[in-house]
Amino acid sequence: MSDYEEMMNFLGIKNIDELFSDIPESVKINGIDLPEGMDENSLRIEMRKILGRNRSFFEMPIFMGAGVYFHYIPSAVFSILSRSEFYTAYTPYQPEISQGMLQTLFEYQSYIAELTGLPAVNASMYDAPTSLGEAARMAYNINGKKEVIIPKNIQWEKKSVLLNYVKGLDMKIVEYDYDKKTGGIDFESLKSKINDNTSMVYAEIPNFFGVIDENVTKIRELGNFIFTVGVNPISLGILKAPVDYGADIVIGEGQILGNPASFGGPLLGIFATKMEYIRKMPGRIIGMSRDHSGRRAFVMTLQTREQHIRRAKATSNICSNEALVAVASAAYLSVLGKSGLKRVAEININRANSTLEKIKSIKGYRSPHSGLHFNEFVISLPDKEINVHKKLLSKNIHGGYMINTMTRNSFPELGESMLFNVTEMHSSDDINKLLEALKEVVP
Amino acid sequence: MTFHQAIWDEPLIFEKKGKRTVRLPDEDIEYKTSIPDSLKRDMLNIPENEEHEVLRHYVRLSQMNYGVDINTYPLGSCTMKFNPKIADELASMDQVRYIHPYQDEDTVQGALQIMYELQESLKKITYMDGFTLQPVAGADGEFTGLLIVRAFHEDRKDFKRKEIIVPDSAHGTNPASSTMAGFTTIEIPSNEQGMVDLNALESALSEKTAAFMITNPNTLGIFEENIEKIANLVHSHGALLYYDGANLNGIMGKTAPGKMGFDIVHVNLHKTFATPHGGGGPGAGPVGVKSHLIDFLPVPVIKFDGKKYHLDYNLGKSIGKVAMFYGNFGVLARAWAYIKLMGGNGLREATERAVLNTNYLRKKLQGYYDLPYKELRKHEVVFSGVNLKKYGVRTLDVAKRMLDYGVHAPTIYFPLIVEEALMIEPTETESRESLDRLAEIMIKIADEAQKNPELLKEAPKNTPVGRIDEVEANRNPILSYKMIKK
Repeated sequence: MSDYEEMMNFLGIKNIDELFSDIPESVKINGIDLPEGMDENSLRIEMRKILGRNRSFFEMPIFMGAGVYFHYIPSAVFSILSRSEFYTAYTPYQPEISQGMLQTLFEYQSYIAELTGLPAVNASMYDAPTSLGEAARMAYNINGKKEVIIPKNIQWEKKSVLLNYVKGLDMKIVEYDYDKKTGGIDFESLKSKINDNTSMVYAEIPNFFGVIDENVTKIRELGNFIFTVGVNPISLGILKAPVDYGADIVIGEGQILGNPASFGGPLLGIFATKMEYIRKMPGRIIGMSRDHSGRRAFVMTLQTREQHIRRAKATSNICSNEALVAVASAAYLSVLGKSGLKRVAEININRANSTLEKIKSIKGYRSPHSGLHFNEFVISLPDKEINVHKKLLSKNIHGGYMINTMTRNSFPELGESMLFNVTEMHSSDDINKLLEALKEVVP
Repeated sequence: MTFHQAIWDEPLIFEKKGKRTVRLPDEDIEYKTSIPDSLKRDMLNIPENEEHEVLRHYVRLSQMNYGVDINTYPLGSCTMKFNPKIADELASMDQVRYIHPYQDEDTVQGALQIMYELQESLKKITYMDGFTLQPVAGADGEFTGLLIVRAFHEDRKDFKRKEIIVPDSAHGTNPASSTMAGFTTIEIPSNEQGMVDLNALESALSEKTAAFMITNPNTLGIFEENIEKIANLVHSHGALLYYDGANLNGIMGKTAPGKMGFDIVHVNLHKTFATPHGGGGPGAGPVGVKSHLIDFLPVPVIKFDGKKYHLDYNLGKSIGKVAMFYGNFGVLARAWAYIKLMGGNGLREATERAVLNTNYLRKKLQGYYDLPYKELRKHEVVFSGVNLKKYGVRTLDVAKRMLDYGVHAPTIYFPLIVEEALMIEPTETESRESLDRLAEIMIKIADEAQKNPELLKEAPKNTPVGRIDEVEANRNPILSYKMIKK
């Protein structure tokens, strides 16, 4: 007799359906209308066939960022992630048997604390937009005010997520202009939006257009609101920690720290704040403590904020987060170290700005923003009829992100334009190929 | 049953000193761009270590962690089944990792096909009419579903519906998501069979009810036999019925949310569809809806015209976005592979075996631990450790002692309606041998509780650290290395 039959015998049943006798006949279904399962070898062949219809970065240089980026990932990072003790674990509910994950996540929090200057970091949010949404909710929970001030040049996706996150609180989103010349902050516009109802002011550095603007350091002086800064964590290898110019909350996209683009997910929402606000923070937080015999030990802490305990009154509904992506980020920063991170940031800023200069010098292309860029920049394209994007594609180059034609962004003042991204992944050959192609497509 | 987890006195990476060995592309290029002083960084305290030292550090830490690849992981409501390795192989290919979400559709047809096929399969499994793959976790799925509930009522100019009803056995995320979407949560008590109390439901329902949120089987592992009455009751009051898919593993191929009358469902790919949980995430929480709610789904939706797949942003009543792009594609691809491997019959058999395993374990442990409510369970069973209280032992002690035997503990103290709860979900992938071993361990612990309760109270001893002072961690939070230095 098979195990299966013996187990049925043990339960005193003849037919497996007896275990489903509690499901009323009227709602029963007879199986699932899907094909038979495949053997592993056939699946391997099938998935290669399907994936053959994707063109990856290694088959075609892609100069796109806009929220998710191609960066060099040391092989060691993938090696660490392949440890199934890490990736087949659940949330560390039993800390004694999960010290490895807990310590690694504590190290992730520590890295983000060093980069942002803010000591209280959670063990991850889903992505930058949901971090922003949570920041706005937290601001309301701190000061009870209802207006969130955000830049007009924010990516539509981020704004849409933010709107959904604050819907339940009836918060109002107010936009401040960007400086059409520099692409940075229109400081007068921002000033004019701040009032007694301002709960939070949000600024990005670099912003959606890739611009790094000194004005961000002057925002704190404008009032007593929650000041949230959106960062690119790699840029923090060379840029000032936001705590130095008065940030209360720092958010950002952590995918770039050692994680592939993966068609836009998984991502990693960075979330850091000051100690005085920890009881209002969303998400899992790892703390350092001791076990009963005095050994250093790590544990999920401040759990009374969370949904499994506080239920309807929790600071957030988040349960599953992006822990493994945070592990990758810790591993990435460990392999790079201080000098490596600084160097990656330098290569990015230098390469992007020099590529920008070169594209500008080609007839027909214009840079609408004079500000300093980190690793992204907008280029106004020649006549729409030329269809630069398709022409580049036919040369096996994927150009930048078409700001006004994809998704729901609307920046009519920019017309037909592309947001280019250049990182250390783009070789000089790739860049030269792009420059040549851009030249050729204009008659 | 001997077990010892590795013990390394592994310092924090910040406490190690070394030198970077990894080389970066074009490192020699002269750095020219100048940054204004007001933005220039002056100090950065990040450690430097040799690549191999970093590897050793994290490999040692991994040895002090526990995954389902090591042994049984019977966390209730978490569905810790085996994660097929071929799915990881798929997710690690360049054409998955190194593609951009905004790439020209012609260059990502493979990715779109995988997403489209996954969405169509989920429709068939759940009997729903439309799906979004965008939510990146179960709770994100709940939030998405509740935003759809809200948009649906508001679209009908019905602005009174501000209440979400949940049973007291609900997952904590249900009320938390309902708050986030701007609703008030009404909690109703379960009846003496551990099921929805129809009278309580009826008196809670009103013209203010937006939706009733339940999971079926519920968190006790009990199938809600009155599900049709519940659906009729909810719909007759103009409210919607929401299915929390955390427990879908108990019913695949036997019944389906759409068949039971649910309007909205979220599924947890990291549970039912075998994607690894990553020590806390990433997961994925796709949301399915019936036809009357399709127009409210997040954008973009994935369409197929018979030749080409494409992303459609033109959905007039869409709630917009709930995450940056299209969801956790790396997770979606794995779930697609799992469904391909299993097929329709395989999924039904998975449910059958999961339910067989649960009831087998339930019968083996009956008599050693209290079993509140009825016997027949679906994907999970909830015992109570109340019978051990007389020996001065609590469920927490049982859980910690289980770690000493090299198995993970069940979910404890949940659902809240069971005192000293031990919520066990073995899943279909545990063999009879491993179920017997788990039962043997738990029976032995019940015996130890009686004869030598100190063994439980001092547990765990075979892990790198013993019980941790959580009170101190809460009182004096140390959340980063920065705070240790001070």
